[in-house]
Amino acid sequence: MIWLNQLLQGILLGGYYALMAAGLSFLFGVMRVINLAHGSLAVLAAFLLLMIDHWLGVSPFIGLWLMLPIMALIGMVFQLGILERSLSGGPLIPLLATFGVSLLLDNILFAIFGANTQSFAPDIGSLSYGSWAIGHSIDISQLDALIFATALVLLVGMHLLLTRSQLGRMIRATAIDAEAASLSGLDPRRVRVVASVMAMIMIGVAGAALGMRSSFEPYAGGAQLIYAFEAVVIGGTGSLWGTLIGGIMLGIAQNMGATINPHLSQISGHVVFLLVLLVRMRMGSLRLGNFLRKRMRPSVVSA
Amino acid sequence: MLVARALSKQFGSLTVIDRVDFRLADAEAVGIVGPNGAGKTTLLNLLSGAMQPSAGQISYRETDIKAQDAAARCRLGIGRSHQVPRPFIGMTVFENVLVAAQQGGQAQGADAYQRGVEALQACGMVEHANRRAETLGLLDRKRLELARALATKPDILLLDEIGGGLTDGEAEVLVRIIQRLRQGGIAIVWIEHIVHILVQVVDRLICMDAGRIIADGSPSAVLENQAVMSAYLGGGVV
Repeated sequence: MIWLNQLLQGILLGGYYALMAAGLSFLFGVMRVINLAHGSLAVLAAFLLLMIDHWLGVSPFIGLWLMLPIMALIGMVFQLGILERSLSGGPLIPLLATFGVSLLLDNILFAIFGANTQSFAPDIGSLSYGSWAIGHSIDISQLDALIFATALVLLVGMHLLLTRSQLGRMIRATAIDAEAASLSGLDPRRVRVVASVMAMIMIGVAGAALGMRSSFEPYAGGAQLIYAFEAVVIGGTGSLWGTLIGGIMLGIAQNMGATINPHLSQISGHVVFLLVLLVRMRMGSLRLGNFLRKRMRPSVVSA
Repeated sequence: MLVARALSKQFGSLTVIDRVDFRLADAEAVGIVGPNGAGKTTLLNLLSGAMQPSAGQISYRETDIKAQDAAARCRLGIGRSHQVPRPFIGMTVFENVLVAAQQGGQAQGADAYQRGVEALQACGMVEHANRRAETLGLLDRKRLELARALATKPDILLLDEIGGGLTDGEAEVLVRIIQRLRQGGIAIVWIEHIVHILVQVVDRLICMDAGRIIADGSPSAVLENQAVMSAYLGGGVV
């Protein structure tokens, strides 16, 4: 029964990783940019929410609705000021630029908030520790279940938006071939701004989840980036469904490892990541996301 | 309708287009021939907005469009197909034309769907509407490329070697489609190496060499031009 419990906990943890990875995966899918500032931006979102909560004295769930538009604005500035300018410089320039942003953000947050760890756990009441007991040995954390459901809703919503809407077709066309898209009347620059805003909203939600389920400090972005990156690589780069599966696989690996020995938790996830990477290098583009997408592709009747 | 004056394009010290004057009338069909490296595709890139000229002017219906990018020119009515088809891989054939109808053609809702269907019908691609673009063969990819340009509701179609890589029979399929488009009033600028299919459609032929126009006139006059013969093939043009 302990293994079943750990499996369930791993799946729920995977929901958090998928949520953390969604923005990274989306931005990579649209612009082929590996955003090394991803983790730091999630931590920035958490600190923004912290400030809003303290200034207005509201719950993080209410503060979220103020934080997300700010993140969207940051996404617009981030795209126009940094990514758009660096995209024409080859794949290395956006990598270095986003790495620079990450260093800048970490140090600005440290200068403002210091090294103390922060958490929203005291602000969300019993949700931080509440659970549902199933039998004697399985407990489902209410917060983890909420985060998993949020990840699922976000990813399903993104999938529907990309496959069933005009905006989604614009984003996909630009991602596939920006020049051909512009010759079909699309403005790739504008589409990339919209995509960046959407990615930043996803990062904002992930940052809120980070602050609710654990603690965060100015330099916590690096670890979040690694988890997100591993989930994206395991599930298939640029695939939202793959990101969910990748997150779940990472979560299960960590929890199973922890069951064998608590010290194996982190390393089990990294081992699975490396194994998947090795298999993929040998087999080419083994993409779970592609496999699923083929079965869920839109048709002529989809609006 | 489309006028370019003293158009030049340089890449560093290399002049690819050298003070070219070009004029296209309403519903006119112009063919462009010339040896590899003559500057034909670059000229099309300058006209479509895919590249910005180093010097010169481009106007469309007496409006200066030099500063406008490819997307803006597409929305004005200048459609373009690529030498190597570039469908939106991962999207269905219908989604490909729908994007063009909604963005380039600025049609919405049922109008966009109708225009997409009409573009596919014009190119004989309706039965492939729900196929993914990457599953198409070369002829169908070229027909999709044409349909996508058509879905933007262009007044001008810029075609870049659309017959390249096809057999004569397959090229004839495209010729028939393009002839029908011409009859519908769409002006055409068509770069093509396969001259005998080009002359079935165009009523004016331009020959380029080393970034310049060396001959401009009726197809028969241009093909018999001595400068064209020596520049284009080093002899007679087939």
